[in-house]
Amino acid sequence: MKVTQSSSETTARYAPDPATDPLRHTHGYIGKSVSRVDGVLKVTGGAHFAAEFDVEHVAYAALVCSTIAKGRVVAFDLSEAKAAPGVLVVMTHENAPTMNAPSLVNMEKPKSFAASNLPIMQTAAVRWNGQPVAVVVAETLDQAGYAASLVRVTYDEETPRLSFDDLKAEATPPTDVLGEPAEITIGDAHQALADAEVSVDALYRTPPYNHNAIEPHATIAGWNDDGSLTVFDSTQAVSGYRYTLADVFGLADDKVQVVARFVGGAFGGKTGFWQNTVLCAAASKIANRPVKLTLSRQDVFRVVGGRTVAEQRVALGARRDGTLTALIHTGTTATPDHARYAEQCTFPPRHMYAVKDLFIGQRVVNLDTVANTWMRAPGESIGTFALESAIDELAHTLKIDPIAFRRINEPTKDPTSGNEFSSRHLNEAYDRGAAQFGWHRRQAEPRSQRDGRWLIGQGVASAYYPALRFPGSARVRISADGTASVQAAANEMGMGTATAQIQCAAERLGLPMDKVAFQYGDSRLPDSPTAGGSCQTVSIVAAVHAAVEAVHRKLLTLANADDTSPLAHATFDQVDARAGGLFRTDYPNRGATYASILQRAGQEYAEAEASTAMPLELMMKYSAASYGAQFCEVRVNVESGETRVSRWLGSFDCGRVVNPKTVVSQLRGAIIMGIGMALMEETLFDERKGRIANPSLAAYHVPVNLDVPRIEIIYNDIPDPQMPLGAHGVGELGITGAAAAIANAVFNATGKRIRRLPITLDDLL
Amino acid sequence: MKPFAYAKAVDAATAITLRSQFATARFLGGGTNLVDLVRQGIERPDALVDVTGLPNDRIDELADGGLSVGAAVRNTAVAKHRLVRGRYPALAQAIVSGASGQIRNMATVGGNLMQRTRCDYFYDMAANCNKRHPGSGCDAIDGFNRMHAILGTSERCIAAHPSDMCVALTALDATIHVEGTRGERSIPFDAFYHLPGDTPHIETVLQPDELITSVQIPPLGFANNSIYRKVRDRSSYAFALVSVAAAIAIADGTITAVRLALGGVAAKPWRAHVAERALLGNAATPETFRRAAEAELASARAASHNGFKIELATRTITGVLRELTEPGDAR
Amino acid sequence: MNDAGDNGPARPHDGTDRADDFTVRLRVNGRAHDLRLDPRVSLLDAFREHLHLTGTKKGCNQGACGACTVLADGERILSCLALAVQYDGRDLTTIEGLATDHALHPLQAAFVEHDGFQCGYCTAGQICSAIGMFNEFQDGVPSAVTANVSSPTPELTEEEIKERMSGNLCRCGAYVGICDAVRETFANKVTR
Repeated sequence: MKVTQSSSETTARYAPDPATDPLRHTHGYIGKSVSRVDGVLKVTGGAHFAAEFDVEHVAYAALVCSTIAKGRVVAFDLSEAKAAPGVLVVMTHENAPTMNAPSLVNMEKPKSFAASNLPIMQTAAVRWNGQPVAVVVAETLDQAGYAASLVRVTYDEETPRLSFDDLKAEATPPTDVLGEPAEITIGDAHQALADAEVSVDALYRTPPYNHNAIEPHATIAGWNDDGSLTVFDSTQAVSGYRYTLADVFGLADDKVQVVARFVGGAFGGKTGFWQNTVLCAAASKIANRPVKLTLSRQDVFRVVGGRTVAEQRVALGARRDGTLTALIHTGTTATPDHARYAEQCTFPPRHMYAVKDLFIGQRVVNLDTVANTWMRAPGESIGTFALESAIDELAHTLKIDPIAFRRINEPTKDPTSGNEFSSRHLNEAYDRGAAQFGWHRRQAEPRSQRDGRWLIGQGVASAYYPALRFPGSARVRISADGTASVQAAANEMGMGTATAQIQCAAERLGLPMDKVAFQYGDSRLPDSPTAGGSCQTVSIVAAVHAAVEAVHRKLLTLANADDTSPLAHATFDQVDARAGGLFRTDYPNRGATYASILQRAGQEYAEAEASTAMPLELMMKYSAASYGAQFCEVRVNVESGETRVSRWLGSFDCGRVVNPKTVVSQLRGAIIMGIGMALMEETLFDERKGRIANPSLAAYHVPVNLDVPRIEIIYNDIPDPQMPLGAHGVGELGITGAAAAIANAVFNATGKRIRRLPITLDDLL
Repeated sequence: MKPFAYAKAVDAATAITLRSQFATARFLGGGTNLVDLVRQGIERPDALVDVTGLPNDRIDELADGGLSVGAAVRNTAVAKHRLVRGRYPALAQAIVSGASGQIRNMATVGGNLMQRTRCDYFYDMAANCNKRHPGSGCDAIDGFNRMHAILGTSERCIAAHPSDMCVALTALDATIHVEGTRGERSIPFDAFYHLPGDTPHIETVLQPDELITSVQIPPLGFANNSIYRKVRDRSSYAFALVSVAAAIAIADGTITAVRLALGGVAAKPWRAHVAERALLGNAATPETFRRAAEAELASARAASHNGFKIELATRTITGVLRELTEPGDAR
Repeated sequence: MNDAGDNGPARPHDGTDRADDFTVRLRVNGRAHDLRLDPRVSLLDAFREHLHLTGTKKGCNQGACGACTVLADGERILSCLALAVQYDGRDLTTIEGLATDHALHPLQAAFVEHDGFQCGYCTAGQICSAIGMFNEFQDGVPSAVTANVSSPTPELTEEEIKERMSGNLCRCGAYVGICDAVRETFANKVTR
């Protein structure tokens, strides 16, 4: 495949405004608000997303998707499609290349990265309504789309399992939930609940949701003369996709290259491997041309899964003084058996409250749907909705302020594992947030505040997201011209990957930011974990730390060999990196720049690659997470029930903040997704045919600009001593607790407790 | 989408002639609905005759103080026109509450009148829809129908008409001027749209050869006291759950003149004749307003998910009339 | 490589020339391009697939997200719903046409400064939309939040900005930064 486009933007460089850059010769990048190094590219249209690489002779593909939920294809009538203008090839299971079925996502095994382990277009079997059954390849987009509409399919239908409510009674506990037990029993929560002086016990319901990143999934695939495969894709899992593609096509790992530099939003929808990537590569194989497949927005709803429906029960018992005595949190979610993903909605109660009698349990029911998958804060977003609503209900029943209630029950150790917290300052986050938000002005009695036709209410809820780190690799090269480059197969989907990595690497290396380049987005670079679980930045930082150490050791060895070097007798623990080189800590003026060390040794560069493993010791010993206090104010129209969020303050305890500008944006963005989750988003799954009824951005509402107030973000910036740089990933924290804060505010405004999302005006009329 | 021929007309006669040369040609305005429908395969014209270049792209004041709005005028231009804003503010408000700025810049008045429902099942080619495929059934009736109509529906179709502009125009008693092979005619707004009945696929009285050339809005002195209120699931860029266009005149606490129309709740832009009759001549009080609204909604037929629209519409009508008649009663 | 730098006819994308194709002259960012196009080709696809101007993005291809917003004679439109044949002879501005050789457009610089984006996919649409929005505002076009449509507000308030920009979805949720950038660039340029 020939790519006719310059790939110079693989390399991100910080280019400060010469007139205003104060950072050029100083350290202290960690914690600096730095504008994104890829900002100019993004605002000028220069950042290339998957479908935008100029590939010579590319042909276009369009999908034909099933309209039944279960059964088999009996016959195709391809005559009209094949005869349509510009059509090169029509691919079905009858002529698709033989391919291995992919293995399901497993964060600890980079070769397993699919959301579904169904074989892809290998048989006539149809397993969900929306499954691709044919691919049309044509010379132009319009020709492919039109020809796809001419494909006729005849099905033999079987009876699918589609109704969550009818079938949830059959749900059973999964073998585990992301490696954690599906059930935890401590003491006798059921008895404690029955004995409690005060209790609440309710069901909370959340619908299926879709990620709806603005960039639809897209792939350009081409086979090279040596039999290798090159794929441009929109993915969070650059390395993972490469291994999975190699697995599916039976290729050696080094025969597959995946390029994904800029991804137009993902939120978990581009982590697991979906059929479209494979179908594009397969179509390219049989068409003998590079092929571009961009999913339509409708396709995204049908071919890519979203968040599962969930029903959770939270029952809490307490003494009148506010001490929790019983906590029961159970949840039922749905998944098809080719995904087997039980969304971890019961994770928050495992870590949030001190209580002696506790029962936590999850069940899953198998339905014949598209594979459900991770969607921003999978588990914690819906789990905190249930838990933090119930906490608010109990506090209200007890007539105790909801923040004071949480303080009473703040644990000193992890309530289920008994581990120490690596870093937890939730009380302090509440204190700061309450003061800034003006929480004391809230009136606990619902319907107490009004402004004309609008009822006003405030609510609060806790945010919780684990601090995760996954194995990653990085290569660091320091060159004789005094510059450095860092390489990792990471992607950029909005978190500011390159900026954060350059900041951290510059700090580690003692170099100014504009002398450090970050190369990413290509699977030929050292493996990165998927940008999921908010882990990418921190995971790569850990690998970079190790690689920098290795490179420093190499440089010191060179310097030690040079009798005339000021570092000739320095040992590794006697130097640190600053001012563009290595300098003794005891005699700060004695040292040498990287440039001089290398030039004197006659070498062009020194380089090292390092990999980090799962921090298992840490995970066994500590409970590591980020926390927050979400404060929100809503206005509810007394006539219409329309609900608008008028104020928001998020007060977070999320480790050391590497770049305030990008971190604040991420926290805000996740809160906005929480506003959508609470007030408007819902995938309408028509159980009659198992078909999504609203597969468009017009019929599935995400928040618009006017829906969103000025969201204020504060954070305590307290480093987590157990994490690299003391930092946590923050991509998902903001959505947790958000929906509960809104539901709690709606209750405060109206006196109506809504336990089913989205909360819409008809709930409040 | 299916290939089509394209031709740009310079005047109405050419447009009509061009259309007659094809079996299933459609007139193309801004394309903001039609292009989407063709792309989805819902409309399959063999030709598109572009009528955006016709000389009916002006807004003219008529001798009697009314307005003539050319069918090729873009929605934004109507909303910003001094005379629309001053004489028929509800019309300006209705237009700017619809779609987005970009769409309003592209969409023509003619296209807005001809836009089709956004019912999810109308849009899904795999669903049963009596509009797209007469006799196939209506999947909305037992499906997701929160956005659907409660007035003017039938057992064959419960789709709602999605336009905001049309709600204001029907309140204002506009007339639609069309031209075809048999000449020109003008059609009162309320008579332009068919209710679904047994033939939901027939949506207007327009004949296949006819082109909308203009919309005329009669003078209506008290229309300068008019409002359009739109209630929806998010604060902008969303179709109405319920919308109300209203204009009212009061003398000594009595309603001397009133216009009322509803959107989001009906199979066509809904002129609330029953409510108007219940209001005229009565005291301008919340009780009167509410009773009139209830009278209009008495014939409403809720489907499984949209029964709330009955109360919501009643409250919205009442609220809008209060806003028009009680100074300082802002929303 | 990018062949949008040349004047004159661009190579038809698929190497064939069909009898029912139209010759369309699109003036994009000050340069004229004569293209032979299938009437079905949207302006968006003409930019992205024929002229290799990929800055304008396809988010939904249905007019529901605003990512494809460009300017036609200074007016913001959705290029996904615009058939290229309908824009023959029009002056079109895409995101690639805003900066000069020497500097970013002030709005582009403001987006970078205020972090008005994260993934960057909706950004071209946001920026073109904001420029068109400001033209509309200056032209006296009211919005759904304008209190009195008979005499439009003279001030580009936060609420007006938010309503007028609501036709551009941002799933990353950069709305606060977007508003800050738009306000900074335009609010002090209100002339009415």
